[in-house]
Amino acid sequence: MKIPVVKNILSANDQIAADNRATFDELGVFVVNVMASPGAGKTSVILATTARLPSDVRPGVIEGDLASRIDADTIAARNIPVVQINTGSGCHLDAPMIRAALPQLPLQDIDLLFVENVGNLVCPAEFKLGANLAVVVASAPEGHDKSYKYPGMFAAADAVILNKADLLQVFEFDVDYFRRGIEMVNPDAPFFPISCRTGAGMDAWLAWLLEKRQSFAEDRNQSIVV
Amino acid sequence: MHELPVTEGILKTVIETSERNGARRITAINLVIGELSSIVDDSIQFYFDLLSQGTLAENAALHFRREPTIVICLDCAHRFNATAPLESQCPQCGGAHLQVKGSRDFFIESIEVEDEDTGR
Ligand SMILES: Nc1nc2c(ncn2[C@@H]2O[C@H](COP(=O)(O)OP(=O)(O)O)[C@@H](O)[C@H]2O)c(=O)[nH]1
Ligand SMILES: [Mg+2]
Ligand SMILES: [Zn+2]
Ligand SMILES: [Zn+2]
Repeated sequence: MKIPVVKNILSANDQIAADNRATFDELGVFVVNVMASPGAGKTSVILATTARLPSDVRPGVIEGDLASRIDADTIAARNIPVVQINTGSGCHLDAPMIRAALPQLPLQDIDLLFVENVGNLVCPAEFKLGANLAVVVASAPEGHDKSYKYPGMFAAADAVILNKADLLQVFEFDVDYFRRGIEMVNPDAPFFPISCRTGAGMDAWLAWLLEKRQSFAEDRNQSIVV
Repeated sequence: MHELPVTEGILKTVIETSERNGARRITAINLVIGELSSIVDDSIQFYFDLLSQGTLAENAALHFRREPTIVICLDCAHRFNATAPLESQCPQCGGAHLQVKGSRDFFIESIEVEDEDTGR
């Protein structure tokens, strides 16, 4: 006898992601899931972004990269509320890990929460956390073929940041070629070349991010859970 | 990479489903995996063999149906299957305007079970 199931295998995770999102929505916290390879600049992008936020947008960070407190300490030194998730050998964050971390954050005092995912361009894209946006950070030293090698990750992005733009020439990084790879799988994703080192490109990225947050605040039903 | 928790999820779902249907034994599990998903069939099989021991699903056959990633050339309309790393040019016209219609789906389509009373 054949029994139809038609159930997403990650539906248990998706359910908890939806619960997380309900918590965030209730408290008016806008959440960004930041995914990238190790060293692409996730922590740097988060810090450079929080440093430029208007004073009425209070940041917070969930730090999921590596089983160390180095990044979390850097963030805490800036007086930003941060909680470190130690994933051990885990290759991605999942919704239950976020759920477990929430009691350690002063969510009432946070308007914009960044989640730094585990440095990995493969599986973090498949595990929803309950965020409003998924942002993928690539960087010049990684090479312009990343978008062709990891199409699943780039397909999942609401926006792609190309960090370390100050190094584009050094690494002979062909931006158009890289972009075409993204467009193949995700033609609508906005693309932001930036440099955390020089601050170049930060304004455009920040404007987009704040606009997304604003439009979410005006219509909470519109966004999907990522 | 993370196939252990994924396999646990599959087992939980199929066992719950078959218990609800009064099944005695699961003989097959039909999975659909989009080619753009990161799931590795062999790892699922490995964990499944381990975890299913002593459950309704022991010795069930895992059938993986891979949904292909299709690339469409916007210049000449040529369509071809692809896996990562993706091609950057159309093999037919050399054009660089390509669109991927791929799926990252990953779901249990159905299970096949033996009935409680009939044994079939
Ligand atoms: N040249 C340059 N280096 C950068 C830039 N952003 C980050 N880095 C460096 O890249 C390294 C990894 O950055 P980090 O933010 O820790 O990456 P993460 O592992 O993705 O969190 C650090 O040494 C940073 O100083 C940038 O825009 N330009
Ligand atoms: Mg980091
Ligand atoms: Zn993983
Ligand atoms: Zn063509």
